[in-house]
Amino acid sequence: MRQGSRRETWVGWGLVAPSLVLFALVYVYPVVYSAWVSVYEWDLATPARYVGFRNYRELWSVEFWEVISNTVVYSAGVVVLSQGLGLALAILLNNRTRLGALFQASIFSSYVVSWVAVSLLWIWLLDPQYGLVTYLLRLVGLPAVNWLGDHRIALWSLVLVTVWKTVGYPLVIYLAGLQAIPGDLYEAAALDGARGWQRFRHITWPLLTPTTLFLLITLTVASFQGFDIVRIMTQGGPVTATMIYVYYIYEQAFQYFKLGKASAAVVVFFTLIVALTLLQWLLFRRRLHYTT
Amino acid sequence: MRALTIAALALVALVEVFPYLWMLATSLKDLPSVTQFPPTLLPHPPHWDNYAKAWSSGPFLRYAVNNAVQTLGILALQLLFGCLAGYGFSKVRFRGRDACFLLVIACLIVPPQVRFVPLYMLFSKVGLLNTYASLILPYAVSALGTFLIRESFMQISDDIVDAARVDGAGLFTIIFRIMAPIAKPAIVAFSLFSVVYHWNDFFWPLVMTTNDAVRTLPIGVAMLREEGTGARWHIIMAGSMFVVAPVLVVFAVAQRHIIRAFTFTSLK
Repeated sequence: MRQGSRRETWVGWGLVAPSLVLFALVYVYPVVYSAWVSVYEWDLATPARYVGFRNYRELWSVEFWEVISNTVVYSAGVVVLSQGLGLALAILLNNRTRLGALFQASIFSSYVVSWVAVSLLWIWLLDPQYGLVTYLLRLVGLPAVNWLGDHRIALWSLVLVTVWKTVGYPLVIYLAGLQAIPGDLYEAAALDGARGWQRFRHITWPLLTPTTLFLLITLTVASFQGFDIVRIMTQGGPVTATMIYVYYIYEQAFQYFKLGKASAAVVVFFTLIVALTLLQWLLFRRRLHYTT
Repeated sequence: MRALTIAALALVALVEVFPYLWMLATSLKDLPSVTQFPPTLLPHPPHWDNYAKAWSSGPFLRYAVNNAVQTLGILALQLLFGCLAGYGFSKVRFRGRDACFLLVIACLIVPPQVRFVPLYMLFSKVGLLNTYASLILPYAVSALGTFLIRESFMQISDDIVDAARVDGAGLFTIIFRIMAPIAKPAIVAFSLFSVVYHWNDFFWPLVMTTNDAVRTLPIGVAMLREEGTGARWHIIMAGSMFVVAPVLVVFAVAQRHIIRAFTFTSLK
């Protein structure tokens, strides 16, 4: 890069400095500060006490593994279901008609609606006494399900509501991916007699690999961050059946005032996100599609 | 085959949209018909006063104003800092530029869930909890916004900048009157993304505020369920509409732009 004049250097720094100061304060500082607090025991009321890695060892508990397992189940459920459904819908919608645009908009609309409203709406729909879902199940002769009160089912109820709300996102991303596939590939395949499943298996799916990987990582990171739905629909319960990672951090910090332990959990969480992001970066550098 | 496709899509679209109609229907019922089993679809007569009841069951005008101040305050600062830094990172050459830009990119991977505990403690120490600053400042700069604005500034030819300079345009005129209008598609897309996110945001205000004077609509709506007793779902659904309706109206008007905004901001 050609170095600019002295004056240009001043102008450049003047333009980016306000942003840099703010980025340092509200992004970099929190990461560094979390790492620092994570080796202290601190409840805000009494002075912080250095405890080394004890907070991390304390995380290594039965309770924490339950949180991890809940988070993995929730994330895997959301990612697999919304991505699978999103892909299926995108393939069905992959022609530009007015009806198609209407379907797409209807399905995507939930994505921009507040989590608070969606969570409240679904508590009401799933209400074991007066809920619409309860009524519909009874109508077709199925037994009532205690969607949010049964500890074996509650987490899956949250998965389904999340998929319902967010499926529009993988749908539009897959549609963009599908529309980038050159049509003459399909024509050539048709000449070779490929159709239906073969077309999908040998053209669509391989060419969508970058999109699939992008969604896989983005949706995993996004679902790791789930909080609102738990806070409003179940508060982590029944007992700890829906206690997922961020809700756990929140409780440790603001219910039990264990700032050190909460910070240790934040550090672990951030490490996971960095690892996933690096993975994504590595995958995309190796261009995983076989386009022309 | 084609009929089957349409039927399948229609079914999914119905499952996605019908709950909102149910929300609307519930919001117009009275208590006896809310708890009626089997439920009825249409409220008769519609109880529009549920909206007034929900609105007056808390300081909802305050919440709405706060929500707007938060959302627009964040957007204004993000665009201001984003345009300044975007120009610096794309059109000005200076030592250390690339390293600084790398720092901004690194901030892309720091989600709010990593930032809330330290920033809560910081704001609590300097007495900024329960202020607009605690809602707006943490989002005043956006790594995504800066990145997108820089990208589209980079695509603008240097000749345009030089020509403006020859005509005597100052730095800020060049950035805000010449560059920003050309980069409008990116700026609009990012703005829609930002506004939808912060209007709906529940997590951040929940952590930073305990005082109605600065609380926002999503908090107020969530509290409708915690107060009061029994199955007042007609009131809760009416209240939910306060936060949902503005977004759905904007979505109905600008859905193509919004869908493009969300694909655009993620595929970059």
